[in-house]
Amino acid sequence: MAPTPVRELELDLDAFEGPFDLLLTLLLKEALEPREVDVAAIVLSFVEHLADRDDIDLEACGEFLVLISALLELKARGLFPDETAELDALEPEAAAEELARRLAEYRRMKEAAAWLLDRLATERDRWFRLGPSPRAPHAERRLAPQDPSALAAALRGLAVQPPNVSLSHMALRFPPVSQFLERFRALLSRRRRFDFDAEVEGLSRIEQAVAFLALLELRKSGEIALSQAASFAPIRVSRSSRPWASTAPAGRLPRGPQKVQSTFWGESPASPSPGNTGELMPSGAVQGTVPSGLDSPATPQEREGGLEPLDDERILTWTARSA
Amino acid sequence: MDSPLRLIASNPVDRLARTVEALLVVASAPLSVTELAEAADDDPDRVDTALGLLRERYGDGRSGIVLEQVAGGYAFRASRDASEACARLFERPVERGLSQAAIETLAIVAYLGPCSRPEIARIRGVAADSAVANLLERGLIAEAGRETGPGGAVRYRTTALFERVFGLESLAALPRLDDLGEDTGELRERLLEVASARAS
Repeated sequence: MAPTPVRELELDLDAFEGPFDLLLTLLLKEALEPREVDVAAIVLSFVEHLADRDDIDLEACGEFLVLISALLELKARGLFPDETAELDALEPEAAAEELARRLAEYRRMKEAAAWLLDRLATERDRWFRLGPSPRAPHAERRLAPQDPSALAAALRGLAVQPPNVSLSHMALRFPPVSQFLERFRALLSRRRRFDFDAEVEGLSRIEQAVAFLALLELRKSGEIALSQAASFAPIRVSRSSRPWASTAPAGRLPRGPQKVQSTFWGESPASPSPGNTGELMPSGAVQGTVPSGLDSPATPQEREGGLEPLDDERILTWTARSA
Repeated sequence: MDSPLRLIASNPVDRLARTVEALLVVASAPLSVTELAEAADDDPDRVDTALGLLRERYGDGRSGIVLEQVAGGYAFRASRDASEACARLFERPVERGLSQAAIETLAIVAYLGPCSRPEIARIRGVAADSAVANLLERGLIAEAGRETGPGGAVRYRTTALFERVFGLESLAALPRLDDLGEDTGELRERLLEVASARAS
């Protein structure tokens, strides 16, 4: 829609009908009395005109503001005539008469004010109650229909004694992780692998958790490899033949550029999983969830047997279960 | 000796007097006979009679409470004998610190009201915005419509509180303006002399 100049804004007022531009011209030529013009109606017309448009023409708005301000000034001057000019236009005798009338009026009002002050002084010892009228209408608070039984039920719920807070955890004693580290190392020195669940059977829940932490420590240092046939199956712990942490330099994968390993051995590196592009990674870059050194401890027999090495995610799941 | 403290409900008017008395005790603004009659659900003439009983009972000097006719109605106030004690316990925020400008503005509104700020300013010769705002805040004047015509200014009138503070039964109790002020004839003569000198 092509912008309409503000001057061409069509107005339909009580005192005038036509374009805004013509209205201003008539006002400036004093052919129209400013006090007869409803400025609010003009503003409304302009706002309606703006509402019909999709975009706001800032230039037109600015022009309108200037014009409407000029119109307001004209109207204000018309409503509040300059009294000095009014007096100047009078003959000296008439002006003196008018001035005398005003001064006399003011003098009477000053006397009236003095009378009120005197009255205030004489009535100073009258004391009475002040305050808002008790008959003042009060705002009605309309509430939606309420069910008293619902309120009673809510109160009943609040009146119930809160459950006692258990402090039993304050008395828990955690055995040191080192105790299990030594135990597992000693076990692995005698046997190549053992079953974690069988080893911790009979221990308390806390001791089992600490034992699992020890297991994580051993895995972190590369001393052991972990494997599991299925989710929640017994965890098989085996001695690591090549501890990767001790052989791999920091920040580098032990075997240089290689394909990103999938999380589970059952998946083929040739068929990348979501997020795994199968592209060659540069040396030192880390992607995926399993360090390449972790797969080495698992023997081919274990792979054939369907054993899976534990990844970080599954270990976290187990930890959450233990907790 | 009178026994004004005993209002025995021996007859219906006495009972009505007790009701009217209770209404006036509860009210914090003067109540007219009509309002009292509506509240008491009784005849205005009988209420007037009951008020006569109460006026006798609560006349000046008979009790610590005085029944007065003020601001177009009836209200209780403290006896003047107790004013010092009242002054020690209470403030008078409505009339405290009323400036000369505020008093003059109040006089203009009381005599010429309803009138607008421009009218007040024209008589006093200075802007009345601050004085009007001050009186509005004190509750001595209130808005009373607008002047006719486009851009009509707000007009103000005095309130019932004004009449009560100044102890007026109504605005008619104000002295006539003609009785106030000096003879303005001399002033007019002097101005005319100045005008003639300018013209010549």
